[in-house]
Amino acid sequence: MFPRSFEYVAPADLAEAAEALASAEFAKVMSGGMSLIPMMKLRLLSPDLVVDIGKIPGLDQIEDRGDAIAIGALVRHAQTAASDAVPAALRTAAAWTGDTQVRNRGTTVGSVAHADIAADQPAAVLALGATMVARSASGTREIPADEFFVDALTTALEPGEILAEIRIPKAGGGSAYEKLGRRGGHTDYAVAGAAAWVQRSNGSISDCRVALTGVGTKPTLAEGVAEALIGTDGSASAVEAAAARATEGVTLLEDLYGSEEYKAHLAKVMTARALTQAIANA
Amino acid sequence: MSTTSVLGGVVKRREDPALIQGTGLYVDDVKLPGMLYAAFVRSPFAHARITSIDASAALAMEGVEAVYTIDDVRHLGPVLAQVPIGKVRPLLADGVVNHVGEAVAMVVAKDRYLARDAADAVEVDYEPLPAVVDLKEAATDQRKVHDDLESNILMTWEAGPFGDPDAMAETRRKIDEAKARDDTVVVSIEAVNQRLIGTAIEPRAVLADWNPGYGRFTVYSSTQIPHALAGAIAKTFGVTYNDVHVVAPEVGGGFGLKLNIYNDEILVAFASQKLGHPVKYTESRRESPNSTIQGRGWIATATLVGTRDGEILGYELHGLCDMGAYSQNFTVAIPFLGVFVASGQYKFPTHVKLDCVATHTMTTDAYRGAGRPEAIYYLERVIDAYARKIGMDPAEVRRKNYIPADAFPGAISPVGFAMDTGDYAKALDALVESDGYREMLAERDRMRAEGKLAGVGLSTYVEVCGFGPSGLVDLGFSWSEYGAPSAFSGSGLVRVNPDSTVTVIIGTGPSGQGHQTTWSQIVADQLGIPLERIRVIHGDSEESPFGVGTFGSRSAAVDGSATFEAAQKVRAKAAKIAAHLLEASEEDIQFADGGAFVAGSPDQTVSWEEIATVAYQPHRLPEGVEGGLEAHAIFSPANATWPFGAHAALVEVDGDTGDVRLLRYITVDDCGNVINPMIVDGQIHGGLAQGIGQAMFEEAVYDADGNLLTGSLLDYVLPTAADLPSFELHRTVTPSDINPLGVKGIGEAGTIGSAQTVVNAVVDALEPLGVEHVDMPLRPKRVWQAIQDAKGGN
Repeated sequence: MFPRSFEYVAPADLAEAAEALASAEFAKVMSGGMSLIPMMKLRLLSPDLVVDIGKIPGLDQIEDRGDAIAIGALVRHAQTAASDAVPAALRTAAAWTGDTQVRNRGTTVGSVAHADIAADQPAAVLALGATMVARSASGTREIPADEFFVDALTTALEPGEILAEIRIPKAGGGSAYEKLGRRGGHTDYAVAGAAAWVQRSNGSISDCRVALTGVGTKPTLAEGVAEALIGTDGSASAVEAAAARATEGVTLLEDLYGSEEYKAHLAKVMTARALTQAIANA
Repeated sequence: MSTTSVLGGVVKRREDPALIQGTGLYVDDVKLPGMLYAAFVRSPFAHARITSIDASAALAMEGVEAVYTIDDVRHLGPVLAQVPIGKVRPLLADGVVNHVGEAVAMVVAKDRYLARDAADAVEVDYEPLPAVVDLKEAATDQRKVHDDLESNILMTWEAGPFGDPDAMAETRRKIDEAKARDDTVVVSIEAVNQRLIGTAIEPRAVLADWNPGYGRFTVYSSTQIPHALAGAIAKTFGVTYNDVHVVAPEVGGGFGLKLNIYNDEILVAFASQKLGHPVKYTESRRESPNSTIQGRGWIATATLVGTRDGEILGYELHGLCDMGAYSQNFTVAIPFLGVFVASGQYKFPTHVKLDCVATHTMTTDAYRGAGRPEAIYYLERVIDAYARKIGMDPAEVRRKNYIPADAFPGAISPVGFAMDTGDYAKALDALVESDGYREMLAERDRMRAEGKLAGVGLSTYVEVCGFGPSGLVDLGFSWSEYGAPSAFSGSGLVRVNPDSTVTVIIGTGPSGQGHQTTWSQIVADQLGIPLERIRVIHGDSEESPFGVGTFGSRSAAVDGSATFEAAQKVRAKAAKIAAHLLEASEEDIQFADGGAFVAGSPDQTVSWEEIATVAYQPHRLPEGVEGGLEAHAIFSPANATWPFGAHAALVEVDGDTGDVRLLRYITVDDCGNVINPMIVDGQIHGGLAQGIGQAMFEEAVYDADGNLLTGSLLDYVLPTAADLPSFELHRTVTPSDINPLGVKGIGEAGTIGSAQTVVNAVVDALEPLGVEHVDMPLRPKRVWQAIQDAKGGN
């Protein structure tokens, strides 16, 4: 559990951080360090340079920007979980991330940028249709959540880019997150999790997004579910029918915690539960 | 025996302030001038031939002092297993590797980061060979684990009773006859008692320092057996026991993991001697699962035959026990501890046959409970299934088949072992007649009425622990192979210092058990000296009298008893001195409140200060009384002790996901007399966490090629406080009659009573769906699959 030797810098602002990031062959950004440091200690990752953005002022805020809620790169899971401004799906996902120590240290943006296949918050930001704001030496780039998650531990971020902020549109409606954790209940990484967002108008479901985690190689939008649910009355039977389509187009991944068959089943159960709660919240 | 209420009282753990504040000294805290660090090159293959080892790149790194392979240390020979049956682990891999993680070479460097880098730079070429990983396959001998061993089955333990083939044949005949009757019921369960990775919060660590001038080793090790380690190092290096000083400072959890002589403990001593520097090795969390022993790993079939009205006529436990690739300390002897308790607290004819089988995996050995949780698991699972089958209350079935309380003293178990004391119905009744148990049943019924899947599980258990007896040495249980021929006795030394403080020096040391507090209570009770004036020294091979070590829930029963007897001797001598000073008769001297007084004349007193002062001024002593005030005692128990108890759990199962919630857990444990209720409760809590951990979370999973898939704490799921309900503990007290304290041992009982309690509860919850068994751990996927299989009529 000893990392290879590496250089470490703690820049004072994002511009300096972006510059530092561009300066090394293989640099990694560290915010809370809850994933990066274990990976370095396991020697799964051996960056030449660690750019610690933890000392940059101003990034630890959740801000209401009128049309969106902006979550800064240093907002801890615990902060996200406790914020009334954050939609329920992400708030819950943050509350169920790691344990108390991890939630007090790790960051929402860091978890999303890390993109673990069984993490909670990536599914939530995907369901909520968030926008990722990447900062590099050459400026700022906005990436829609739909395009952000590429594969296991792989995102659309380029090597020189820092995920500086996540913007969640204030689209109204209701959202929820449900999961079965590896140690049962809501504890630990997701064996399967589903984040749902719904919009109701005139007694029917007018819009819907559902994202799954834990069952495939990346957080995935369950488009079939949305298709089936939109236009319905959101009743239990409509939810049931929509949830049955949860794994359409999802490449299921068997692991220690479940077979493909079990994960497919859980995806449907969690989707139904999350939708039911989201509709209640809408 | 008690002169104060300190024995049996709740005394806060005296050791905790230092441990909690981080000021306790652990091996990794010890830093010696010029110290070097060791790291190991470990095999990525479960079975492979080593074709070459090239250390040149590592040796070229600045600060790398040495790279050693088996060629450098072969002359030292292997550290013999205590029960040397099977393949003894070579000091470093010798031509072949036999499990993933086996140490192939040792690197010594100036800092630990560099040591790790250099270990990665050592190039080893392997020619992979087929690995034998599956336990059932290994037992067929179709492919050999070790070419030079006759069979993968290293040893077969059989009993019913043990050591009497004629009686065993009779037992088997009786069981077969009962099975053949048409008025009996036969119930059989094949179950996996999965492998576990014991996870101490402090991984193992060792630091060796050879002093060429003195010709001596000083070794700091995180070990449960410092005296045995001193013997093993002396024997390996051809020096005397006097030339090795082993110190086990604070030890951050043992659980049996540190009840082994590990090769790295020998290798750092070798490197220190060779390089002239102290050398330290601290195991990393990541390498620990494959370099420190694992536990459990049985597949067995439990078969029970009985009448329809609950009279059990016979029981068979037949199974395979995974030993891993190499035999270490006890390895093949661990299943024998299961044989000891195979018939539990019951009287019915029992036949047990366990094959110890080698595989290309890490060694298994003693992990909290060691053989006993496995044996009790099968017994209490199948009794539950039998009760269900005949439609009888699970408590009633058990009660009906117990060895009765009036069989004690003198009870012999059906597998042939003499038990000290027992009153099994007492603990069971205390449980099932408690409000808590009744509430559990009512809550289960209420939840079921709401359409939920809820269940209550019950298990009772008997344990054998407190090892002794000394005669176990004849069965191979001793430290003889480690150059320290000794049996399982205990030792304690009590010294009243000139200022009347007391130093207690004992042969066992804590790895969390609270020796400092418990031993202080034993001595304070005898001498009437306040706890604050008593200091307990342990874990030092040079300072403390020879000790067998802390394991098998033996410290209080054996070494505690020795200390009790030593304190009695000191008290007797102090009484002589007090009588002399008070001009009274020795028989009339009593001790309380910091001094001695004459019975019937409480104002005729002399303080411990005065007694101690006189003891160290021999000219003031009465004639024939030797100076000083200390005594040493060895306690050699005539038997092991046999604690017992009853546990119950309430669970809810989410039928859609297979998720199990443990809602409530109640125990009644009987460990004989209790020295400190809070420490006993703490031991039960820890044991329950590990037993429930086995039931619900923990599992060492190997793939077909012998790769450990659960080698980090990301994937090896340990229970945390947040996963467990608040335990409700009760006890009955049935003192042991084989030691003066009447204590039995409580370190392992929690693990022995709990795993099957949880499984029984889950099976109870799933009964309406037709589920009869679910293997541990009760991961949601497995519970869900069991539900699907039952629905499908499988």
